Amino acid sequence: MAGSDPTVLDQAAQWLKDGRQVALATVIETWGSAPQPVGSQLVIDADGNFIGSVSGGCVEGAVVTEAIDIISSGKPKTLAFGVADETAWKVGLACGGKIRVYVEPLGA
Amino acid sequence: MKLDIFEQVLEARTQRKAVALVTQLANGAQRVVARDHAADDILAHVLDEAFRFDRSGVHKVPEGEFFVHIYNPALRLVIIGAVHIAQAVIPIAKAAGYDVVVVDPRGAFATGARFPEITLHAEWPDEILPTLGLDQRTGILALTHDPKIDDPSLHLALKSKVFYIGALGSKKNQAARGQRLIGAGFSESDIARIHGPIGLNIGAQGAPEIAISIMAEVTRVLRLGS
Repeated sequence: MAGSDPTVLDQAAQWLKDGRQVALATVIETWGSAPQPVGSQLVIDADGNFIGSVSGGCVEGAVVTEAIDIISSGKPKTLAFGVADETAWKVGLACGGKIRVYVEPLGA
Repeated sequence: MKLDIFEQVLEARTQRKAVALVTQLANGAQRVVARDHAADDILAHVLDEAFRFDRSGVHKVPEGEFFVHIYNPALRLVIIGAVHIAQAVIPIAKAAGYDVVVVDPRGAFATGARFPEITLHAEWPDEILPTLGLDQRTGILALTHDPKIDDPSLHLALKSKVFYIGALGSKKNQAARGQRLIGAGFSESDIARIHGPIGLNIGAQGAPEIAISIMAEVTRVLRLGS
């Protein structure tokens, strides 16, 4: 599983078992020098706790914020970050790459 | 992701089965496709290579835009021979994400003190290898130099779908091994699957550098196919 860290899915399974509401974010496309490969994952709970990585730290904050919304709405969403996107630049994908991240509620 | 889909992904990992999680990005519809059944899927034309090269990605087809997430079993390296070079290979293999299994029937070599924190079998390869489930995510290194131990391992490796087979030994020893394999009923193309002398030629001197050359070759075969 290039890009996937199996411990992230284990963490997600454990959180679900604990009765927590969980979202899963997965890098689905990258361009340029994106720091994390396609398949990299971040698991987020409703309180904003997270494990894993989708960008080596650059956009995790923004993904977590979206993920909390997605946990309550139940609707998956594709997010795009990159230098061409002003908002993304603000949250700082400073490596110069672009990524798309699919965020979905897990187990709901 | 629905709970049953998530459980299928986790179960596949436990059972060392390759699956793809296919997500239709427009509506979130998902399905789990086993590698064995990939030919029946509408994305069959991309799934084969995606599994082979462990390459997840987005694919646009007339039916929509799909994210194909490849969940291949963990990489595994089976090392025949609890020898010095094995000790040098193990930390590199583990760092690259391999589960490592060492097999050596010689009890004096296969000790927990020499090989801490890995799966160690002090048994003959022809007893233990059939129980391991040698699959396309497994590589085999025959490192003992001893035909009594290496040859039966290579027989089983050649009958399996392992992605990499390497055997330590000089060109002269490789030729002699080839003759023994022919005698055992294997073909030239079978023998061509064996990388020997093992490792990329980087002028390696000593066990640590040989270990680097071996893992470089294993990586090249894994990622580029040859």
